[in-house]
Order: sequence, then structure tokens, then C-alpha cells
Amino acid sequence: MEKHFVKIMSLLLIVLTVALFAGFAIASGDAPPASPIDPAAGGSSMPWWAWPLMLFVVCFLLGIVAVLGGVGGGVLFVPIIGGFFPFHIDFVRGAGLLVALAGALAAGPGLLKKGMADLRLALPVALIASSCAIVGAMIGLALPAKVVNIALGGTILGIVGIMLVAKKSEYPEVRQADNLSTALRISGIYHEVSTGQDINWKIHRTPQGLALFIVIGVMAGMFGLGAGWANVPVLNLMMGAPLKVSVATSKFLLSITDTSAAWIYVNNGAVLPMMVVPSIIGIMLGSIVGVRILAKTKPAAIRYMVIGLLLFAGLRALLKGLAIWN
Amino acid sequence: MDNKLKATEEQLAYAKLLDLGMKFGLLMLVITFAIYVSGILTPHVPVGDLPKYWSMPVKEYLKATNIHTGWSWLYMLGKGDFLNFTGIAFLAAVTIFCYIRVIPILFRKKDTVYAVLAIIEVLVLVLAASGLLKSGGH
Repeated sequence: MEKHFVKIMSLLLIVLTVALFAGFAIASGDAPPASPIDPAAGGSSMPWWAWPLMLFVVCFLLGIVAVLGGVGGGVLFVPIIGGFFPFHIDFVRGAGLLVALAGALAAGPGLLKKGMADLRLALPVALIASSCAIVGAMIGLALPAKVVNIALGGTILGIVGIMLVAKKSEYPEVRQADNLSTALRISGIYHEVSTGQDINWKIHRTPQGLALFIVIGVMAGMFGLGAGWANVPVLNLMMGAPLKVSVATSKFLLSITDTSAAWIYVNNGAVLPMMVVPSIIGIMLGSIVGVRILAKTKPAAIRYMVIGLLLFAGLRALLKGLAIWN
Repeated sequence: MDNKLKATEEQLAYAKLLDLGMKFGLLMLVITFAIYVSGILTPHVPVGDLPKYWSMPVKEYLKATNIHTGWSWLYMLGKGDFLNFTGIAFLAAVTIFCYIRVIPILFRKKDTVYAVLAIIEVLVLVLAASGLLKSGGH
């Protein structure tokens, strides 16, 4: 089944590439001269198809970098595409959510089957985060672009700070599970392949953790970033879930949180297929290549490159919002 | 391997449906996009005009292109660009199907609290998908 799917997808991607080039050629031949290269209209002298093509290439590279840097594609996508492409931030956030959603949907089944992502841990958290993501999406679409850019820039710089200082704990010490997690029976055992051990885990500080997911949900919906950067520290450091369970549950969680926010963007018209599809395909193909590279090497420097990239993109969003660097 | 190490029944059921739904949704996305860019179906917004619109705030874009919000895209599936929304909407709906799939399992296992949590989650996602929630715009 898996091999067949890969073959079918590969074939379709070849068809898509041929169709893209054929479509570009037809559009270039048919379009009136003023339309695709009217600088006043689109703010660019490039033909219309150059941007989706560049988007695909950049997303492919982001997919590789995201895997090697251990971050989600969404957190790189929104500030970089929003900062350096001509697309309005409304469409960038809509596409960002769908990129993060597609990645989470693709990773979810494997993580759940292996027991790394935990449904009992995810369900209560997802209910809070997805409800709040709806609110965040509605706020985000109602705010002026400059305010969104300033807030996005500030958030990205905050994420850079978290990435630089936050520690990770493979197996946090949880002396006693709290009452809420006990009542909800949130605990588990997972098999650690590297050591051959079965790891028993339970969590604590559940009410505080759930409260933080209110903020995480709002931010995920508002900026279309995905939210792995926030989910993992809260699940791991605050609630005490083992790191691997936290990372896997966080990834799965995104498939639920981003679903609710994505619907708000879809229903409010903030989704352009010409942006969304090349982005999703580019990031997914990049992720596949990234995983293969990761299997052979673990370049530690990549993480610092990602932090530098985010720092630059965050500053760009902030300065764009403040009308200092347009 | 101990039984406790295995993913629960509801988790496996969720994973299986998610796997199928994700693959089908991605196939739909690729096929509909190929139809769009190949020009088999004429798009509502000509591809050559897209650069005029993609730098606009969404409200201005909707007004300039005479596109309505919510589920109005269902009436425009004959247009190449709107056909893509079948794949996008399907991917955005997969999670709802997965939740609906596990609710009976949770009830059968007398896990009432989680069954109720799953029902509430379905209601939240359906509300988001309904198109009833409109943004104020800017």
C-alpha cells in the first residue's frame, strides 16, 4: 500500500510538473501583455508564474531545513514567505496553516500507530487549543496587516529566544501525577528503541498546562505558524511528558488545532490555491529529502542556521509592520 | 511486547482513518491543481491576473474578484481555481471524520469523559467549518 502510494504520488507529481510547465507556456503565450507583467498591478515585473515556482523551490528548501533544524515547516513558512514574497499576509497565514496541517496529517498516523503520540494526552489539550485557534484566526483576519506584522515579528523573535534558552528533558521527573491527569487517566508506556527500555510516564501541572494552550491556540490561529515551538516546551518541561512523547503528541496536536483555524481562513476567502498547493508539495518533498539527509548526518550547525533565519525573518516582519523596511 | 505498550483501539482506529484520509486528500490536491494549471477548466480568476490580487488584503481581493465567502465555492467547482477547494476542504475535514470514528469506541469502552470530549471537539470543528464565523475584516 505504502509503495503503491509513493509510486502514484511520484507519477502524479511528474504529471503536475509537466502540467505546470505546459500551463506556464500556455499562459505566457495567451495572456495579454499588460496583465502578467504589470508592475503597478502586482508590484512586480516578473511573470505571474515565477512567484508560485519560486514559492515551490523555497518551500522545498524550507522542508529540508525544517527537518534538519528540528522545527515545523509552518514556523519558517509564514515569516519568510510573508517577508520576502509579494503575497499579502492574510494569504500567507492561510497557506501557512494548511502547510502545517498537511505536515501534521502526514506524520500523525505513524506517530499514533507507534504509540509515540498519545491520544489521551492530545484530546483535552486539542479541545482547548483548537477552540482558541478559531478565536485567534478571527482576530488575525480582523487586524490590519501592519499590526499583524508587528505582532508576528515580536512572536518570531520570542520563538528565537525560546529556541536559544529552553532546555529539553528526555524524561522529566514527575513524582506524582496531579488530580486532573489522574482523573483523565493520562499516562502511558512507550518503548524506547535506542535503549530497549519501556518508559512509564505520567504528567503533572495539567491545569496550568491546559491554561497555556489557550494562549498557544490563539497564537497558532492568529499567525498561522503551527505551534510545535510552544507545544513541546509546555508538554515536556511544564507537564512532564517525555521528550519523544511531547514532540510526537505536539505534531499530532497540530492536525487538530490547525484544522479549526484553517477552516476560518478557508471560509473567509484567505486561501489561494496557487499559493497553497505549491507550498504544501514543496515542503512535503523537502521534508522527505530532509529525513534522508538526517538519516546520514546530524548537522548541528543547521539548528543555528534556522535560528539565524528566524531572527532575520522576525526582524523583517517587525520592521515591515513599523514601516521601516517595506 | 507487553499489551500496555500497544496503542489503544481508538488510537489505532483514528490513525488508520487519518492515514487513508490524508493520502486521499493529498491525491485530490495534486490532481485538482494539475487540472487548474493545465487550463482544462477555466479559472474564475485568470492566472495572469493573480499578481494583481495576491498582494491585496483578503477583503479587497474578495470584492475585486466578486468572490463570496463560506461554502459558496461549492457552486463554482466548474472553475479550475475553485476545484482545488475540494482537496483543501477534504484535508481540513479529515480530523472531523477521525473524531467521529472514535466516539462509538470510547462509548463502548465506557470512557464517557473522553467520548464527550470528542463530541465537543467535533462540534467545535464543525462550527469552524460551517462558515458561520465571519471575521470583522480590516
